[in-house]
Amino acid sequence: MSTVKKTNGTGEKPVKAPKTAVAAALNADSTTSGNIPAEDLRDDNNDQAPGVRRRDFIHIATVSFAGVGAAAVAMPIISQMSASADVRALASIDYDTSEIDPGMAVKISWRKQPVFIRNLTPAEIEAANKVDVGALRDPQTLADRTKPGKENWLITLGVCTHLGCVPLGAAAGEVKGEYGGYFCPCHGSHYDTAARIRKGPAPTNLVVPEFAFISDTVVKIG
Amino acid sequence: MVRLVAFLVGLFFSGMLLIGLGDTVIKAIQEPAQPSAEYEFHETPLAVSFAHDGPFGKYDRGQLQRGLKVYSEVCAACHSLKLVAFRDFAALGYNEDQVKALAKAWKTEVPSINPETGEPASRPAIPADKIPSPFANETAARAANNNALPPDLSLITKARADGTAYVYSLLMGYRDQAGYKNTEGKELLKEFPDAATPPGLHFNPWFANLNIAMASPIVGDDQVTYDDGTKATKEQMARDVSAFLAWTAEPKMENRKSAGWAALGFLIIFTVLAWMSYKTIWADKKH
Amino acid sequence: MSFPWAQEYKPQGTVSKWVDERLPLPRLVYNAVGAGYPVPRNLNYFWNFGVLAGVALVIQIVTGIVLAMHYYASIDGAFNSVEHIMRDVNAGWFLRYAHMNGASFFFIVVYIHIFRGLFYGSYKAPREMIWLLGVTIFLLMMATAFMGYVLPWGQMSFWGAQVITGFFSAIPLVGEPLRQWLLGGFAPDQAALNRFFSLHYLMPFVIAGVIILHIWALHIPGSSNPTGVSIKGEQDTVPFHPYYTAKDGFGLGIFLIFFVAVTFFAPNMLGHPDNYIPANPLSTPAHIVPEWYFLPFYAILKAFTVDFGIPFTGIIIVPAKLMGVLAMFGSILLLFFLPWLDTSPVRSGHYRPLFRKFFWFGLIPSLIVLTYCGGKPPYTQWVVLSQIAAAYYFAHFLIILPIVSRIERPLPLPNSITEAVTGKPLETAAA
Repeated sequence: MSTVKKTNGTGEKPVKAPKTAVAAALNADSTTSGNIPAEDLRDDNNDQAPGVRRRDFIHIATVSFAGVGAAAVAMPIISQMSASADVRALASIDYDTSEIDPGMAVKISWRKQPVFIRNLTPAEIEAANKVDVGALRDPQTLADRTKPGKENWLITLGVCTHLGCVPLGAAAGEVKGEYGGYFCPCHGSHYDTAARIRKGPAPTNLVVPEFAFISDTVVKIG
Repeated sequence: MVRLVAFLVGLFFSGMLLIGLGDTVIKAIQEPAQPSAEYEFHETPLAVSFAHDGPFGKYDRGQLQRGLKVYSEVCAACHSLKLVAFRDFAALGYNEDQVKALAKAWKTEVPSINPETGEPASRPAIPADKIPSPFANETAARAANNNALPPDLSLITKARADGTAYVYSLLMGYRDQAGYKNTEGKELLKEFPDAATPPGLHFNPWFANLNIAMASPIVGDDQVTYDDGTKATKEQMARDVSAFLAWTAEPKMENRKSAGWAALGFLIIFTVLAWMSYKTIWADKKH
Repeated sequence: MSFPWAQEYKPQGTVSKWVDERLPLPRLVYNAVGAGYPVPRNLNYFWNFGVLAGVALVIQIVTGIVLAMHYYASIDGAFNSVEHIMRDVNAGWFLRYAHMNGASFFFIVVYIHIFRGLFYGSYKAPREMIWLLGVTIFLLMMATAFMGYVLPWGQMSFWGAQVITGFFSAIPLVGEPLRQWLLGGFAPDQAALNRFFSLHYLMPFVIAGVIILHIWALHIPGSSNPTGVSIKGEQDTVPFHPYYTAKDGFGLGIFLIFFVAVTFFAPNMLGHPDNYIPANPLSTPAHIVPEWYFLPFYAILKAFTVDFGIPFTGIIIVPAKLMGVLAMFGSILLLFFLPWLDTSPVRSGHYRPLFRKFFWFGLIPSLIVLTYCGGKPPYTQWVVLSQIAAAYYFAHFLIILPIVSRIERPLPLPNSITEAVTGKPLETAAA
């Protein structure tokens, strides 16, 4: 602080004899230094190290402070694009499954994405359990993908894991693909009765969202 | 040429303004403006203070919860609160289950569609819902309220000058018009015999035109029963619901103030540094 | 650059050299706001406001772009989408309050910038083009601010749009068709809101373009200075960087402190409560006022109360309404002619004793009175005051300034900036 005050002090009065080379360089009043570009002398700090270092420190601190401030302002400008509070509030829904007969499926909307809720028939369950899990692209058993005691309720996102199309097979009369589950018409992914990928480009099984039965028939998704 | 045209234009405009000035003055003398009851007897909001006033103020959660109770049991019969969702009540200090219970128990249900018949129906509210309005639409609201429209209260404290104090003053401001005198001691009906409140309206000097369609909503002590045991006097209820409506209008006020202090502190340090930088650079340069 | 002693950009390292030979953008910046731009050494704090206006524009563009990501330009959804931003969008309240108050601070800064130009004669030769471009920026800003104020679709938004487009209906013959064309209907509605949103998004970039021209024109003669004396030699100047970048950094800190104080602690201070009531085309607010920065012009509009015609015949040539509208636009457009109205060769008001008196005791008070009266209801006392102040305003620019610049005897000017600063005469070029 004292250095700063001192230099201020000299700045108030006309400078007769500049004390340092930097002062001389910056002081255009001084006729002797008038032709020396300020730039050339700025880095030449060998002789008056303490004063110059102190000055550099102030400039660096100021500029870094401005940088931190800009970063702090960038935060809200970036975060405003992520999901807003009303969107996050819709993150879970309750659905009453009592109307879905075995062999039927419904397509509902959860977080603005389709969710398939399928009531598997015993034949479909058997077909799913017969498969050699080790041979699958994404090895999972039907039990892994359902809740104990509720193995007939297969709940998956209706979003193909390839590029996000909605697979067919949930509504009555739609093509179910070669494995009797779902079929994505965009690029030909076939899913079996446990909605596992069996053929086609999709890398993984249809995603099972977090869900729980909050009563015998009502399922809470999310 | 430019200056000649400018001179003439200036003469014209200034001249017309001075003629207008004379005209205004003559008219003001010939037919002085008639004083009006609204102008003379309308009161500015009472001085009332809240925990959330000032740059450090924070909402009093207990007061907001009491205010919510007053809103839901008194105001909500007529006034909507469309911009507020039940999930927002978490900010009043309720936990998730309490918010759910509040939503489920709300007197008005959320309009929906009967999934079997497609007929209009209603269902209990969930936390993601906005507060359901007491009337389906403006026509229904007017029909039920003698053709007056109860305004939505979500932003009421920001939509009126000195809004929180305004709501408080309005609620406390119902007076008997007969013999009413303002603070200067002028009697309204003596000064303006025509200003008698028309039937169906209610006299309130804090309302813009002195006559409000809403009857005094707070009719007596213990109109609601507070859960925290606070005595529900009329004044207490008016104060609590005003604070609650300040919150509905500005739910992010606390974030705003705390972010403001952080930003100010940061900027003051930055400015001092920038000033030192500036003085250092100019140290040897007289200017 | 017209100063032979301006420092030249010397690219360091191979990458800089490679870029400089192909697209000399760093060189452009260096010469525009870097060490390559020599600036008078004696600028006072009033010269900070040009840079601050640029900062304010950047604040408005950045916050505006992100707000547009959440806003719907729909008469049913606009108001609620603004409240959605205030309540549910992450940090939305901050972005919206910053944009709302940023507009006010933009005008505060630009008004100070304009008054600096008016007092120090920055509009005079050879800087007329800078001034003309500046007045153009000001007009564009006013249009942008007006359209932005309509977007929340509150009561003041709606009635502001109604009243301001109503100005055009004062124009004889084409007025009403013109107004309906502007609105896309008989009253402000979906069509008007949509086009205002589109234009409100576009105009800031037009402003930014004109600002580039404004700065380009500035670099031809270089910055003016408080003495108004032209630069005579190298010792009169310092390089913009680091001298004025440092000073502007400090000025920016002060500006942001005020901006933050209002945005975070009194965000609605400069707004109007009625704009938190959704637009209602069937009910006018008791008292329509524009945003504070339009109040002087609104006062001028309202100050014209008598028709211009031939006395005692009942023939009206210019009705009061049309005259008010003409005068309101005229009050800004006359600034375009200012360089040719004020013919005094002396730039700075410091050396013009008579001009200075009219400036401080005439122009400034009249504008303060107009701003104050513009926000008041039409009671006699406010009408009278604004009529006096408006009459002075027009007389000041159109009558007084041309006369003053003829009859005034200016004070002796310093020989150079350096002499004014140090008291020592400028070394001649030979020394």
